[in-house]
Amino acid sequence: MKTDSKKGSAGKRGDKVRSDCFVEIELTRSGGIKSTLQSKVDSMYGDSISDLIIAMCEFFEIKHANILVEDFGALPFTLAARFESVYKKLRPDDVREFLPEMNKKNLYSTTKDRLRRSRLYLPGNEPKFYPNAGLHNPDGIILDLEDSVSPNEKTSARYLVRNALCAVDFYGAERMVRINQLPMGLDDLKFVIPHNVHVILIPKCESALTIKDVEEEIKMICAERNVQNDIYFMPIIESALGVVKAFEIASASEKICALAVGLEDYTADLGVARTNEGRESFYARCAVVNAAKAAGIQAIDTVFSDVDDMDGLRNSVIEAKSIGFEGKGCIHPRQIKVVHNAFAPTENEIEKAKRIVLAFDDAKKNGIGVVALGSKMIDAPVVKRAQHTIELAILNGLLNKNWDKE
Amino acid sequence: MKLIKNATNRLVPNAVNGQKQIPFMGIGKYKPTGRIFNPTIKSTADYPGDGNKIVKNLNEALKKSGLKDGMTISTHHHLRDGDILTNILFDTIKEMGIKNIRWFPSASFPCHKHLIPYLEEGTIHHIEGSMNGPLGKFTSEGKMKGVGVLRSHGGRYQSIQDGEVHIDIAVIASPTADPFGNANGVNGKSACGGLGFALADSEYASNVIVVTDNLVPFPCVPWQIQGNNVDYVVQVDSLGDPSKIVSGTTEVTKSPDRLLIAEYVAQFMEDAGIMKDGFSFQAGAGGTNLAFALFLKDKMKTKEIKARFIRGGSTKYLVEMLEEGLTDYILDGQTFDLDGVRSMRDNPRHVNTTPFTSYNYHGKGNFASIVDAAVLGATEVDVNFNANVVSHSDGYLLHGIGGWQNCLFSKCTILAIPSFRDRIPVILDNVTTLCGPGELIDVIITERGIAINPRRKDLLNALKKSSLPIRSIEEIQKEVYEICSGAPEEPRLNKNKIVAVVKWVDGTVLDSVFQIVQ
Repeated sequence: MKTDSKKGSAGKRGDKVRSDCFVEIELTRSGGIKSTLQSKVDSMYGDSISDLIIAMCEFFEIKHANILVEDFGALPFTLAARFESVYKKLRPDDVREFLPEMNKKNLYSTTKDRLRRSRLYLPGNEPKFYPNAGLHNPDGIILDLEDSVSPNEKTSARYLVRNALCAVDFYGAERMVRINQLPMGLDDLKFVIPHNVHVILIPKCESALTIKDVEEEIKMICAERNVQNDIYFMPIIESALGVVKAFEIASASEKICALAVGLEDYTADLGVARTNEGRESFYARCAVVNAAKAAGIQAIDTVFSDVDDMDGLRNSVIEAKSIGFEGKGCIHPRQIKVVHNAFAPTENEIEKAKRIVLAFDDAKKNGIGVVALGSKMIDAPVVKRAQHTIELAILNGLLNKNWDKE
Repeated sequence: MKLIKNATNRLVPNAVNGQKQIPFMGIGKYKPTGRIFNPTIKSTADYPGDGNKIVKNLNEALKKSGLKDGMTISTHHHLRDGDILTNILFDTIKEMGIKNIRWFPSASFPCHKHLIPYLEEGTIHHIEGSMNGPLGKFTSEGKMKGVGVLRSHGGRYQSIQDGEVHIDIAVIASPTADPFGNANGVNGKSACGGLGFALADSEYASNVIVVTDNLVPFPCVPWQIQGNNVDYVVQVDSLGDPSKIVSGTTEVTKSPDRLLIAEYVAQFMEDAGIMKDGFSFQAGAGGTNLAFALFLKDKMKTKEIKARFIRGGSTKYLVEMLEEGLTDYILDGQTFDLDGVRSMRDNPRHVNTTPFTSYNYHGKGNFASIVDAAVLGATEVDVNFNANVVSHSDGYLLHGIGGWQNCLFSKCTILAIPSFRDRIPVILDNVTTLCGPGELIDVIITERGIAINPRRKDLLNALKKSSLPIRSIEEIQKEVYEICSGAPEEPRLNKNKIVAVVKWVDGTVLDSVFQIVQ
């Protein structure tokens, strides 16, 4: 007789668990559906949870099963993800997906050159962080399937991230997913590409080939699932070889919007300690900036890992900005505001930019091809940088949107 | 007993534990007449001339106080979750074979779950005060013999003064005392800060027992409890667990969402023009509360603004503001950490206050309405700004009222609360238990936006140009209902069994708490 397992579980249980649940399913041969629900919100949403379980059983045509749900205030997208994750363990050949309805607020799109000052990492298997993440106003939110997810939670996290992309409102943040290293990362794509993901972060990138593989896979999924929206890539350079290949990687596809550097793995690869001064990684960071600029894309710095040291974070952003980085990774929502403020232009920079932009507008209005400010001629890149400074100033609340009409 | 609708349309009983009740009539509407309750006349001839009132133990003090079945015994919560004395007190009462005590604490803590067997077998008939944690659960499940009565700190003082509650024996835990009964809470190994919650008891109870683990020779200075009101002094080895009486230092929340709320609170106070020279505010020790004071402190420093006074709940953070000259005074109701205790002991500008000065309804005014802004929590609010602080949305009673109701009288009352907890929406159509009428609640600040009570047109105007996310309360509610997939179902309650009532600050009945159907 075959001994394949007919019983499995997913999710989390215990006193400290919040906004998550534990689901155990045993497929049986007879007796119908027997489900047991223990929920922290039983009196408020007990019926709603039972209805969801019944709907999922009907959807997957589960006729006979013992189902246990221990709920610690999980939202419906989490309950459904945990349930489906167990079910697929028991019946891996079933390709049907029980998707939450796409939240209408999630249908916005992105652009290749939008601001990417901050990107907040959310561990892929921790639903409690999801609903409020966007309230802290990061430029981007990364649902992470890679390093923050332990190997035995990888599958669970895929269902959770997929459901979150459908159901959770991220309040206008760019919707990013960090996939696993290839080849596992290619399988991750099926779960996220159909659900309006904006940017795929490709970790530990060491060659253009990796980008090509990801691009091919995404093309296939898009064709299969009729996905229309633009999807960009942000490769992360995290090794000595990656640094050497930085330009090859940065220019491997039109879809690459930014090149990021990750220093934990890089310093490990070098066999040195990561220090606050960062002398050991200065070359790598400059190389990444240079490669990104050469390829015409954004350069994004690593994360700052001491969440209590806001002064340290501020200084690290000012330093990153000075060598050409335009964004920083955040591992705690409190870092976002500090990062934005530190990337914001200074008063002097804003004043100078205002003068340049006004002179440029004047010249344009008067049909003059050459822009001059005082005795100095101003060429196109200077104007472009000034416009970017103005844009940053407005976004940071340092300048009124209608400043030129005041 | 029959149920009647009060001025807020809540069903309340006309009698509780055999005592006639007046339903809530509206804010400031109920004004009883007559005289303040009088204790009997005492004669010094009845007390030892050498001032030594020490008796050998609690048992003897209770016997001398004439302890009988059905009496009212009061205790106080300044030892917080470190309180051992109250548990020992009821161990002693049980040994003496006494039954049907009305326990009248100023608050209860999880450590008092020790008393559940006494509630079960009838040593304690019911609780009037607060029913927190395990005691709340016990009460909600309908297991208490009598009906619980929930009062605010001010309401407790009111009930003693107008004679609604007559205390037969007050047992006052005193971190330092002398044989005459003078006592304070700022010295000794069990130092807790102020003893203000015991003031009314010391003045109005028939018998007053001071219990101390730090007996000093006469005089105990300062004396917050006056020995002239005290009948007996008992010396014990330990009143409680010092680490749970006050924390070493109170921790500020690390939750990003709570910090966001706290940041909004501070900015609201700035944008509304509340934060100006000579202003005042109330701050407690809850996670969001501590954090908002820190954000406000930064703003005050930047703008060089100084407060006239801060009402605590004092902590290290308020003490720092006092010591850095950002406020002239701390008017302190209770002290949460060692820095607070030290400051109250050593700094004359850190002033010990009581429910009489701050909250009492029968005073000629009180401090609560003088405060410019009070920042409070709540378990639930409704779209009419009514709020609940004692029960959760599943109907379980889990918290006391504390000074919460009294603080609602501030010039700007702010509830700083998350818009939902796990899958539990906080803004509902109707609160499970009404503890504070919406007309006293001005602003609700959540991580999803700030709702200003439409009655406060002045605040709505003042905030017109603010960058804060000002929204209608219905809008925030709708967003949260979408996240949680709809409005929650109402708790399953047995509407035929009242397990407790919530009193308003004037002694009228504001709402009933019903038994949970398990």
